[in-house]
Amino acid sequence: MARPVRFNLNPKDFTDRGINQVELPDGHMGEGFFATSFDKVVGLARKNSIWPLPFATSCCGIEFMATMGSHYDLARFGSERVGFSPRQCDLLMVMGTIAKKMGPVVRQVYLQMAEPRWVMAVGACASSGGIFDTYSVLQGIDQVVPVDVYVPGCPPRPEAIIDGVLKIQDLIHNESLRRRNGEQYKHLLETYGIQ
Amino acid sequence: MPIHNDHIKEKLNAQFGDGIISWDESSDILSLEVAPSIHLKLLTFLYDEPTLGFQFLTDLTGIHYPDQPARELGVVYHVHNLKENTRLRIKVFVPIEKPDVFTTTGLFSGANWMERETYDFFGINFVGHPNLKRVLNVDEMDYHPLRKEYPLEDQTRIDKDDEMFGR
Amino acid sequence: MPEQANIVLPEGSLEKQTTTLNLGPTHPATHGVFQNILEMDGERIIKAESTVGYIHRAFEKLAERRPLYQITTLTDRLNYCSAPLNNMGWHMTCEKLLNVKTPKRVDYLRVIIMELSRISDHLICNSIVGVDTGAYTGFLYVMQYRELIYEIYEEVCGSRLTTNMGRVGGFERNFSNTAFQKIEQFLEEFPKVWKEFENLFMRNRIFIERTKGTGAVSAERALNYSFTGPNLRAAGIDYDVRVHAPYSSYEDFDFIIPVGTTGDNYDRFMVRGEEVWQSLGIIRQAYQKVQAFKGTDAEVYHADAPEYYLPAKADVYTKMEALIYHFKIVMGETEIPAGEVYHSIEGANGELGFYLISDGGRSPYRLHFRRPCFIYYQAYEEIVRGTMLSDAIITLSSLNLIAGEMDA
Repeated sequence: MARPVRFNLNPKDFTDRGINQVELPDGHMGEGFFATSFDKVVGLARKNSIWPLPFATSCCGIEFMATMGSHYDLARFGSERVGFSPRQCDLLMVMGTIAKKMGPVVRQVYLQMAEPRWVMAVGACASSGGIFDTYSVLQGIDQVVPVDVYVPGCPPRPEAIIDGVLKIQDLIHNESLRRRNGEQYKHLLETYGIQ
Repeated sequence: MPIHNDHIKEKLNAQFGDGIISWDESSDILSLEVAPSIHLKLLTFLYDEPTLGFQFLTDLTGIHYPDQPARELGVVYHVHNLKENTRLRIKVFVPIEKPDVFTTTGLFSGANWMERETYDFFGINFVGHPNLKRVLNVDEMDYHPLRKEYPLEDQTRIDKDDEMFGR
Repeated sequence: MPEQANIVLPEGSLEKQTTTLNLGPTHPATHGVFQNILEMDGERIIKAESTVGYIHRAFEKLAERRPLYQITTLTDRLNYCSAPLNNMGWHMTCEKLLNVKTPKRVDYLRVIIMELSRISDHLICNSIVGVDTGAYTGFLYVMQYRELIYEIYEEVCGSRLTTNMGRVGGFERNFSNTAFQKIEQFLEEFPKVWKEFENLFMRNRIFIERTKGTGAVSAERALNYSFTGPNLRAAGIDYDVRVHAPYSSYEDFDFIIPVGTTGDNYDRFMVRGEEVWQSLGIIRQAYQKVQAFKGTDAEVYHADAPEYYLPAKADVYTKMEALIYHFKIVMGETEIPAGEVYHSIEGANGELGFYLISDGGRSPYRLHFRRPCFIYYQAYEEIVRGTMLSDAIITLSSLNLIAGEMDA
């Protein structure tokens, strides 16, 4: 004997609630199937399940911990599972000051990541050295690895970090499948000395 | 019950008379400058003597005065007697050509990394230290950055325009 | 080296008896960047060699270039989990050198902020010890209340984490009603949450098995290594700078110093937990004392030190002296008297000391930070020798090593 339903009795009207639904890419829809080209769908699938690697060195790392907490939840954008092994992660989030001693370590972690990989420089120190214009601080991680998104701030508010992740998601969504094999990308990696 | 300054002065002057170069009571902590040859004996005396008992090393750091000939580099020790709640500051100065200071790691194990940091920043050679390597900077660095003659910024950069950034 | 070796190697073999494991600078669980190269025999650690300096930002050299107020931003980034504590400590050092006395209301407001920062640091440390033993839930519960502490900081100074809070002589503005209301909300809601957090861990069989008896430091070794703060108190020595050398009117408050016995991970966890309760008590007392100021006394939020404290904007536009002081302070041209001073405060990790030598110029001649994390990390090698790897990880997180403070 089924229990009488107590909840969800009033049907919801979604028309003017401002809920965004993702638009379907162009394709042919039929009874139980949807056909489109691969490059349109793979971006959509990839962007909603990024596995970030939080490379947290200093104060920005604590703001990242706040972003991962329940108040400014980062997990709702698909980054639920943060990993610390570069071989399993897609997005290298460098948060905090990178000293010259640490530069080779960042490079090594970047090299261990598998394609496709993206890098986000969170905070002023990772983007450009920040307030530390000294002999021991690397003035921006783009001296050692190619960076996709820079998030300014010292430290950036959690909303700003989430905005950076959303921009990475835009990049992933619109990235062409051939980008990683193309001439421009190879040239970019060569300028960093990465084969 | 803080130990009275006069008691400390009397004991130390009696034991080390000519090794103590000067006393300074202008700041809140009594400080004295001693000759580098006896400072380890002085610290050991401060540690062992029952009425003094300065058995806690609060801090160890270095300092560089480029315009004091034969006394450019210095090491400053802050010791603390936890029971009587008294602090003491001891300074030792050595010439820059031969900056040798005896290590205090035998007395205070906490001095180990503090001396490595002072070596890293100023180049003071702690004689008898078990592992005198750089601790904070990269191992390949060949100069001692906190000496006054070296600038703060990295001089090998080509992308920052000095006029705009007011070096 | 161990007597019963699991692997017996023939004479002259090229293989090593021990395995080398690099607990490298990139750590899981965001502890900070320091490296440990471990020589292990199976699961047991024979030797550990620590390397720090992966986030050396040359604070001491930077401070020689900057006037006093620009150094406050550097002190934020020392122990970034409790940034206002460092700011207040630095301002008190300057006040000692410049001979500025702060009024009581300023002291009590500072005490509220300092104890809130101490709570926020202990929240991170204890919840991360929980995360390292596998219990992620407690971390999420307490991060929610750290957000409330951040909101209080925002009301006072505008920023969440790197607060740059206060000035020499007091605060930049009076605490607003919203700030007081949020402090009241914190005092009401947080004790229940902390009790719930403690219930998850304090008598939890698994947690006790993981933490009791591991990572022990005896009191003699701790004193010899110049430990201070909760790590020393867990070993049994009741040294607290707030009691030994009271600053900012701490002598007006009634609190106890929690002390452990063996100095192992469980004792450190419990000492920090009990310190949170003591800090809550201090905040309550300070809040009542602040509310007791009425009328014009309740408008006092800074000392009267026009040479070092920015004058009110209305005065800057009308009075000549205020204009000159404003110009000199903002351009960093105020002359600091020559002298040297050492001031220490009870930071969340121990005695945070500031040794300031000034030669009368606009910026210090030498500023040295006595950083507790740097000093007690040297003992890590001795603590973990002979323990298992999993215990070493818990020891690492329960010592509360903040990389920013370690490398400065």
